[in-house]
Amino acid sequence: MSDVLTVPRSRRNIEFVLLLLALTVAISANYLAGAGREEPFADHFWFQAITLGLMGLLIHVILRFRAKYADPVILPIVIALNGIGLAMIHRLDLSAILVNPDYPPVAPQQVTWTAVAIGAAAILLIVLRDHRILRRFTYISLIVSAVLLLLPLTPLGLEINGARIWISVGVGTFQPGEIAKITLAIFFAGYLSTNRDLILLAGKKIGPLQLPRFRDLAPMAAAWLVSIGVLIFQRDLGSSILFFGLFMVMIYVATSRVSWVLIGLAMIGVGVFFALELFSHVALRFDSWINAFAPEVYNRAPGGSAQVVQGLFGLANGGLVGTGLGEGRPDLVTYANSDMIIAALGEELGLIGVVAIVMLYVILVSRGIRAALGTKDGFGKLLACGLSFTIALQCFVVIGGITRLIPLTGLTTPFMSAGGSSLLANWLIVALILLISETARRPAPTAPMTDSFPEALGGGKPVKKRTAKETTR
Amino acid sequence: MNQAIRSAWVVAIGMFALVLGSLTYVQFFQAQELNANPWNSRQLFQDFGRQRGAILVDGRAIAESVPSQDQFNYQRVYNEPELYAHLTGYYSLSLGSTQLEDKESEILSGTSSSLFYDRVVGLFSGVDSEGASVELTIDPEIQQLASDLIPDDQRGSIVVMEPSTGNILAMVSKPTYDPNLLSGHDTGIIEENVAALSERPGLSIYSNPATESLVAPGSVFKLIDAAAALESGKYDADSVIPNPPALEFPGIEYSLPNYVTGGCISRTTADLEFALEQSCNTPFAQIALDLGEEAIQEQAAKFGFGEELSIPTRVIASSFPSDLTDPELAQSAVGQFDTRVTPLQMAMVTSAIANDGQQMKPQLVKSIRAADLQLIESPQPEVLRESISPETANQLTDWMVNVVDNGTATGAQVPGVEVAGKTGTAEVSETGDNAWFTGFAPADDPQVAISIVMENVDIPTGQQLTSPSAKRLIEAVLNR
Repeated sequence: MSDVLTVPRSRRNIEFVLLLLALTVAISANYLAGAGREEPFADHFWFQAITLGLMGLLIHVILRFRAKYADPVILPIVIALNGIGLAMIHRLDLSAILVNPDYPPVAPQQVTWTAVAIGAAAILLIVLRDHRILRRFTYISLIVSAVLLLLPLTPLGLEINGARIWISVGVGTFQPGEIAKITLAIFFAGYLSTNRDLILLAGKKIGPLQLPRFRDLAPMAAAWLVSIGVLIFQRDLGSSILFFGLFMVMIYVATSRVSWVLIGLAMIGVGVFFALELFSHVALRFDSWINAFAPEVYNRAPGGSAQVVQGLFGLANGGLVGTGLGEGRPDLVTYANSDMIIAALGEELGLIGVVAIVMLYVILVSRGIRAALGTKDGFGKLLACGLSFTIALQCFVVIGGITRLIPLTGLTTPFMSAGGSSLLANWLIVALILLISETARRPAPTAPMTDSFPEALGGGKPVKKRTAKETTR
Repeated sequence: MNQAIRSAWVVAIGMFALVLGSLTYVQFFQAQELNANPWNSRQLFQDFGRQRGAILVDGRAIAESVPSQDQFNYQRVYNEPELYAHLTGYYSLSLGSTQLEDKESEILSGTSSSLFYDRVVGLFSGVDSEGASVELTIDPEIQQLASDLIPDDQRGSIVVMEPSTGNILAMVSKPTYDPNLLSGHDTGIIEENVAALSERPGLSIYSNPATESLVAPGSVFKLIDAAAALESGKYDADSVIPNPPALEFPGIEYSLPNYVTGGCISRTTADLEFALEQSCNTPFAQIALDLGEEAIQEQAAKFGFGEELSIPTRVIASSFPSDLTDPELAQSAVGQFDTRVTPLQMAMVTSAIANDGQQMKPQLVKSIRAADLQLIESPQPEVLRESISPETANQLTDWMVNVVDNGTATGAQVPGVEVAGKTGTAEVSETGDNAWFTGFAPADDPQVAISIVMENVDIPTGQQLTSPSAKRLIEAVLNR
C-alpha cells in the first residue's frame, strides 16, 4: 500500500549522536544567555542542563527498547528547540530581574514543565506501544475534547487579556485547549478512517461536487461547530485557526478532494467576515495589522500595534547575524518569552539563527509527514499528517504574525514558548508521531501481530477486515 | 491517501517558505528603515547604555556617566549642575540632548569618525569602546564668580573671553536649573520636572541665553557706530558733531532724545570721545544718518552680525535691521528698534577691539581626549576676520578707557589697571531696561574681555549689576 520504501535499520545510534549535538547546542545557548549577567555556572544552569539532558536520554533509551525503528531525527530536533527556548526564556528572566529584582523567574517553571512534558511523553510511549490502540477511543476523544474546551467557561476558568482559555489547577494555570488539539485529532483520524468510504461514496453528486450524506458528516460538523464556537466565545483567534486547519487537512487527506479544501477556504472567508463584523477584538487585530505604523493604532491600548511593531524593531535590530545572546533588547517586546519568542530569537540570533530554527521545524514536520506516508493504517496516516501539519500551521501563524505577513494572533511557538500546557501537548504529539514512525519504518512484520489490527484504508481497494473488538458503525 | 499527504506536505513547505521570506524581508531588506523609526527605542537604549565620556572643567568632571543598577547600565550625572547647566545642556531620554551633550554627542559617545581607530581596537580586544571626554576652556573660579554676580532670580548673562585666543573663560546665564532633573531614566519624573521648571519665569531649559537669546544692545552698539565712523574716513578724533538734547525729524512727531539725567546736556556739540563718555544718542544718530544704513550694517557684519557660529554649541546670528526710515535708522544706531544681539556677540565685538581689530573665533572646547587620555583634538585659536584696522582699534580703546575713567562706567575702575569699557541701557518695556557693560582690560595688553547684560531691571539696579561686576571679574582674571 505504501509506495515508500522503508529501511529496516533502527538508526538509534545516529539518534544518540544527534541528541548529543542538540544538547550541546541547547546547553551552550543556555550558558551564553547567562554569561556576563550572573556567575557562569549558576545553579539554574545545571538544573536546566541536567533536566534537559536526562529527559532527552530517557526518551532515547525508551525508544531503544520500545520503538526501535522510530524516526531518529525527531527527538534531537525537539530537544534542540526545547533547549533553545529554555535558554531564551532564562535570558529574558535576567533582563527582567535587572529592572525589577522581585520579578519571579519563568525559566525554572519552564524547566519543570519540560520535565513533566517529556515524562508524560515517556509514559505515553511505554503505555501506548502502538498508536492504533487510540482508534478504539474515537468517540471518547470527542467527549474529552468537548469537556476540555468547555472547562475554561466553567467557574474553574480564568480570563487573561480578554481570552478565557485557561483554567486554574492549584499549582498554576493550564490551557486545556492544547490537549483538546490532540484528542480532536484522534477523533477525526478515527472517525474519518472508519467512515471514509461512506463519506466519499454514499452521497448525492451535485455538479462537480460530491456531497456526503448529512448523517455521515453530522458528527464531524458538530465537532467542528462546537470547537470553533467555544473558541470564539473564549476569544482565542489563534487556536480557532489552528483547529480549522487541522480539520481541513484531515478531511482533505481522507477524501483527496480539493473541492473540500475550497469549501473550507470559503468557510474561512465567511468566518473572517463575520468575526470582523461581530467581534471588536478581531477587527482591532486586523486594523493593527494593516495600519501597524499609524500613530493612533500604535498608541491604542489595548489592541494597538505596539507589540508587533516592537517585535519588528527587534527583528530589524538583529539583522543578518543577530546581536548575540544576551546582547540585544528583546525584553522591550511584550510577551517576548511566549507569543513573541521568535522576535527575541531573531533579534539575538539574527536572520541566520532564526532561519536555522525554522529549518528545524521544516525537518520536524517533514519527518512527521514521512511517518504518515510510511505507516500502513489510515488512522495513523491521518493522525500523523494532521498533527504534523498543525505544527507547520502553528509556526506559520506565529511567525507570519510576528513578521506582519498576517495579523498577529496569540499562539505559542511549539516547544519554545513559555507555557506548560503547550509544551506538554507538543511533547505528547511528538510521542504519537514517534510511535507512528515506528510502525512506518519497522521491517515488514513476520509475526501475525499486525493482523489483530484492522488493515488500513489506503490507496488500494477497500477490503475491510474487522476484529471482534472493532465495532461497526 | 498518500498523494493527499504529499500535497499537505507541499502546503506546509509553502507556509514555511512564506515565513522564511517574510523573516528575510523584515530582518534584511526592511531592517534599516525599522532601525531608524522614531518609535524604535533600541538605538536610544544602546546610546544610553554606553559609557559616555565626561565633560571636564579644569580636570574635574562637570558631566559624567556613572554605573547604574538599571536596564541602561549608566546614568548621566551633572556635578555643580546649576553652574554649568547652560553649557552642558542635558542628555535626556525623553527630551533628547542639548548644548554640548548634543553638539559633542559623537565624541562623547565614541561614535565620531575621529575615534574610529579606538573602535577598531575595541572590536578586536573585546573591550567596549568608551566615549572620549571634552575639556572646556572655562576657568571654574571665574565661572563661579560670574554666577555669584547675577542674583538667582535675575535674568542675565555674563560672558568672559580671552581676546587674543577667543577662549571663553566663563559663560553664565540665570535663572539656571539642575540638568540632573531631566536626565533620569524615569520619563514620568522628567515630565513632572519639566512642568515644574516651566513655571519659573525667565528660565529656558532648551537654550543657552548667552548664545541663543537676542536682546536689545542699547548704547553698547555705539561702539560699532564709532568704528564705522572711523573706518569710513569721514570722522576722526577731532570731528565735531552737533549734540542737541533731542534729534527732530521733519514732518513727523518723533524725536530721539539724549538722556535727561546724563552729562550730555552740558555741551551742544560733541567730539566722539565725549559722545562715548556720556553715551549721547544724538551724535551717533547723526553719524548713522550721515554714513547710511548700509555702512552701519557693513560694520556690524564685520563684527560678526548676521552669522551663526558653532563653538561647538550654537550661537545664533545677531542682527541689525534693514530698509529703515530715518527715525528707525537713528534708533537702530543707538541699539534700539530692531537691533538685537546675543550676549556673546557683544563680547566678540569688544574682544575684536581689544585684539587690534582681529576677531577671534570664540572657543568653548580646549581639548578632546580618548578614554585612554590620548589627545585627539585640540582646537587652535582661529581668526574669524579683521573687524577694524589696528588704528581704529587703538582709537576706540582710548575712548573706552576714557568712558571708565571719566564717563558712565566708572564703576568698572580697577586700581592700577587701565580698563576699557562701555555701558548701555536699552529700553525694552515699561517695567525695566536691559543694562549692559562690555569692556576689556588691561587696555594696553588685553587679557580679558567681558560682556554683561541684565535684562528687565530698573536703571540703578542695572548699573549696580554691570560695571562693578566687571571690575570684580577683571580683578579675578588678572589675579589668576
